[in-house]
Amino acid sequence: MKIVTGNDLKTGAVTWWDGAAWSLHVNDAMDVGDHSADIIAREEAARRVVSAYVIDASSDVDGIRPAHIKDRIRALGPTVRLDLSLKPADPAAGTWVI
Amino acid sequence: MYVYDQYDQAMVDARVAEFRDQTRRRIEGTLSEDKFRPLRLQNGLYLQLHAYMLRVAVPYGTLSSAQMRVLGDIADKYDRGYGHFTTRQNIQYNWIKLEDAPDILADLAKVEMHAIQTSGNCIRNISSDHYAGATPDEIIDPRPYAELLRQWSSFHPEFLALPRKFKIAVIASETDRAAMRLHDIGIRMVHNDAGEIGCAFYVGGGMGRTPMIAPLLNGFVPLDHLITYAEAALRVYNRYGRRDNKYKARIKILVHELGIDEYRAQVEAEFAHLQTQGIEPPIAELERIKAYFVDPTFETGLSDAIDLSNADFARWVRANTAPHKAPGYAIATISLKPLGKAGIPGDATADQIRTMADLAKAYSFDELRVTHAQNIVLPHVKKADLFALWQGLVAADLATANLDAITDIIACPGLDYCSLANARSIPVAQKISERFAASAKQDAIGELKLKISGCINACGHHHAGHIGILGVDRKGTENYQLLLGGSEGADTSLATIVGPGFSEDGIVDAIEKATNLYLAKREDGERFLDTYRRIGMAPFKETIYG
Ligand code: SF4
Repeated sequence: MKIVTGNDLKTGAVTWWDGAAWSLHVNDAMDVGDHSADIIAREEAARRVVSAYVIDASSDVDGIRPAHIKDRIRALGPTVRLDLSLKPADPAAGTWVI
Repeated sequence: MYVYDQYDQAMVDARVAEFRDQTRRRIEGTLSEDKFRPLRLQNGLYLQLHAYMLRVAVPYGTLSSAQMRVLGDIADKYDRGYGHFTTRQNIQYNWIKLEDAPDILADLAKVEMHAIQTSGNCIRNISSDHYAGATPDEIIDPRPYAELLRQWSSFHPEFLALPRKFKIAVIASETDRAAMRLHDIGIRMVHNDAGEIGCAFYVGGGMGRTPMIAPLLNGFVPLDHLITYAEAALRVYNRYGRRDNKYKARIKILVHELGIDEYRAQVEAEFAHLQTQGIEPPIAELERIKAYFVDPTFETGLSDAIDLSNADFARWVRANTAPHKAPGYAIATISLKPLGKAGIPGDATADQIRTMADLAKAYSFDELRVTHAQNIVLPHVKKADLFALWQGLVAADLATANLDAITDIIACPGLDYCSLANARSIPVAQKISERFAASAKQDAIGELKLKISGCINACGHHHAGHIGILGVDRKGTENYQLLLGGSEGADTSLATIVGPGFSEDGIVDAIEKATNLYLAKREDGERFLDTYRRIGMAPFKETIYG
């Protein structure tokens, strides 16, 4: 699947396009097919996101998993500060990245 | 310490107001990201992996307690309670909101700090010896010269759009603690035969994709020509440095391609021309700056004795203190490298930053230094106060006794934070630290400088590590190359890749094998680097891959 990610313009937070808005959670990401360029152009112009780009990802029972480690780290947070990640209570969260 | 005059303060205040307006226009939509991006970068604000990152300049690594305290307060008020001290002697905050950035710059300006020229193709923060003004082995305090260069290079209109970024280091000791010859320009203060002080200029060093050791450009530039000569060196680079290929744009490539003799000839011609232009600041300006760097009033008649009856304290004193030029004083280094997974190289919490500020106020004449090895120095501590200082550090989890040991690892932020990274650096540093944490093991190995970069940009100085590690991307998987034999000291050398790369666990095993070989082969008094230089790469390769 293709998903779109970027950063919130004002806060810099990593966000994922869920089909209607930007979510902090990768599991909300929607398969954008071949519409990424339109979404990115429109959303950047509206200043809802900055530095948006499209990536490959896969989806299974555990949720959505970006293909590249860099985007998995963006989705989670620093693997060395899981207390600051989006899964602070999950001791296995760092393993998800690898 | 240098104190801003009205021009410094006015420049910094004006920049805060300007950036506040630019940020407002970006958020309101009258400035596009394309236009805003270079403006925010000129103010040290990057967009990194998880958020905006702000890099704050710490000129030549020197901070007052009041400045350090504000750095801690910023970590609390605008970030997530911590900051990261970098190999450029700066501090970075990882979780900055764009809308907060102007307020942070305003807070910094109140204590004479800023983030100007911490990014972009300009002259970056000038670095220096973190023991400057305290060590007995320097001929003079190099920081007034670094400050003069800072003033010259700040907003220098001709050098704000260089072919690439430009880094300058100034030292004044034989012992090079600033990796001087791995800078675009490295300056060593020297004596000439007549006993006068001047500057030896080295040019075209650097790490990154094409590491090079700077050759000597001029062995003695008189002090009253310092700025003119630096300007001539920069002008030749600005004129001929390549702008068509960013990988060939650093001055090291120009010097390499022209050859040092031709580059020198061009600099000399430019220098002759510039001397007719009268650009050198009057020597009185240097004297004015020097007045800010006079020694604090050291007490006299102090004893050099230290009560080492507490074993942990004794270990810390042996590892983390260095001789001071004044009798009865020591230079104390606070390691920001807790053992194992207890911490992240260079990171300090807001409370720890404020504690270090308080300890500097109590015990070090209000002064601290950031080291390029991502530690903090209290430069002037009475030996009689060392125990009290150490107790304060213990209470703040800052008393790790491992300076220059294998667990005192330089690690760049790597793929945990940096958008340019190929691989994570910090988890590798933590695993190595865990493996070697037992004090007997570390002590047996002795001095071993281990440096890790998460990509070829080499912010973790892996080329200059006795052991270096470079993270690479092998088909989407993190992989680590091992390098041996680098040094940033007076005996500067570049490390060599041993062979095929390793996984995260594999690299830790490889390092253990290399250190075991060293322990088996070393001769009296040899450090890891010395043994490597004596026996060469082959036995290490055989042991590691055999
Ligand atoms: S060396 Fe590479 S990964 Fe590390 S901080 Fe520099 S650019 Fe980022």
